[in-house]
Amino acid sequence: MITFDNVHKSFGPKRVLRGVNLEIAKGTSMVIIGGSGTGKSVTLKSVLGLITPDNGTILVDGKDATKGDRDAFLARFGMLFQGGALFDSLTVWQNVAFRLLRGALKRPKAEAREIAIEKLRRVGLTPDVADLFPSELSGGMQKRVSLARAIAAEPEIIFFDEPTTGLDPIMSGVINDLIREIVVEMGATAMTITHDMTSVRAIADNVAMLHDGVIQWTGPVGQMDSSGDPYLAQFISGSAEGPIEAVR
Amino acid sequence: MVITRGLAAVGRSSLATLSSIGEVALFLFSTLSHMVRPPFYGREFAMALFNIGWLSLPVVGMTAIFTGGALALQIYDGSSRFSAEAVVPQIVAIGMVRELGPVLVGLMVAARVTSSIAAEIATMKVTEQIDALVTLSTNPMKYLTAPRVLAAIIVVPVLVGIGDIIGIYGGFLVATGQLGFNPATYVRNTADFLQAADIISSLIKGSVFGGIAALMGCYFGMNSGRGAQGVGRATKGSVQAAAVLILAANFLLTSLFFGS
Repeated sequence: MITFDNVHKSFGPKRVLRGVNLEIAKGTSMVIIGGSGTGKSVTLKSVLGLITPDNGTILVDGKDATKGDRDAFLARFGMLFQGGALFDSLTVWQNVAFRLLRGALKRPKAEAREIAIEKLRRVGLTPDVADLFPSELSGGMQKRVSLARAIAAEPEIIFFDEPTTGLDPIMSGVINDLIREIVVEMGATAMTITHDMTSVRAIADNVAMLHDGVIQWTGPVGQMDSSGDPYLAQFISGSAEGPIEAVR
Repeated sequence: MVITRGLAAVGRSSLATLSSIGEVALFLFSTLSHMVRPPFYGREFAMALFNIGWLSLPVVGMTAIFTGGALALQIYDGSSRFSAEAVVPQIVAIGMVRELGPVLVGLMVAARVTSSIAAEIATMKVTEQIDALVTLSTNPMKYLTAPRVLAAIIVVPVLVGIGDIIGIYGGFLVATGQLGFNPATYVRNTADFLQAADIISSLIKGSVFGGIAALMGCYFGMNSGRGAQGVGRATKGSVQAAAVLILAANFLLTSLFFGS
């Protein structure tokens, strides 16, 4: 379980998180939605220690995320970055097997390559892409490789940062389905941030809406449309009219 | 009012400079500590050796040979004013080995390697590759900075040594081909005049300059701003800082070795 308890974060005078309280149950898929610049990425990165909160605590299975053995802690996570964040200087299979080629999870090179190819197959890529470089792939293929890298070490918790940004609707659908399948198959806890409502409906068990630095609404995805929350309703409908100020 | 504003600006600037010096010092200590603590990334280190050392050879060689040739011409012209043309081999040798070799190689490495390291790491930061490294349980300082700085500390003295030899050879070519020096006498005069301390100081300078060049590339890359502008600023800042620090370090090292 991941628990956010009164998490605050400011960047200079800008208060991004103003007391985030949220619980993500083990083995469930939580999608955090919200407008651009509302602190979704900050929330996600705070768990991994990429950003340090000013106040509040983040617990993972009851333990403070900022304390203890970092390597052991991070070994439990996989993450799909918005832009893929693949390493340009490494081939596709070396990217996927990055964690398996070094550190505590190190395997023999041949075994790591085999696992990488199996994960590439799992995300719908053929073994012939294994020796290509990321720059030789399309945006959709890069996303798939990044997804394969995120699941390569079979993590317990997977984070997805805007998984469908920059993809066409069909490819977005494919990635959404893959994410859902993989999360269910692995029994992993998933946390996704997005403002793509199609992704929300495809991926989420539960939804949390972040607005003005706090969780405005949270609940099962099935209750999202009938929540009665004016902020959530406006966000879902994409209307410029409502409590969320839209700058024209 | 104007005076107060002026003083405030000076104060802000001084604080920013001191803060930067502190940050670079902490960055250096962190880099050094990662160099001696496992895990070690052999592939990254080998790649850095190849990129910084082997791929810099052409630019170092060209710079050194032309500088050595020009130095011979200048010294010949200057020394002929008081009929001391015979000192050309000695002055070319000492000039290349003690000063021009290490400084020019250092500056060439700053231009070629520092900019490349800063742009690469800054781009990695902008495209979240540094964050990805962290999530993959890999410390970016250990994976990116330590191998590059260590490789530069080791390989730049080798470049300096090669630059020294090529520079002296450039002087030799000009002196024997254009100025009428006897080749055997030129070589003998050069070899007899140079002392071990000259060569050792040259190599130590190379090591320090290499460390500065790689460290500045990594520091500015890791601390770059967002977007293409951030990458551009990091690259420009890294080369400026490396060049100035190399020249300052050269003065300090020369004072230390030969000041008395």
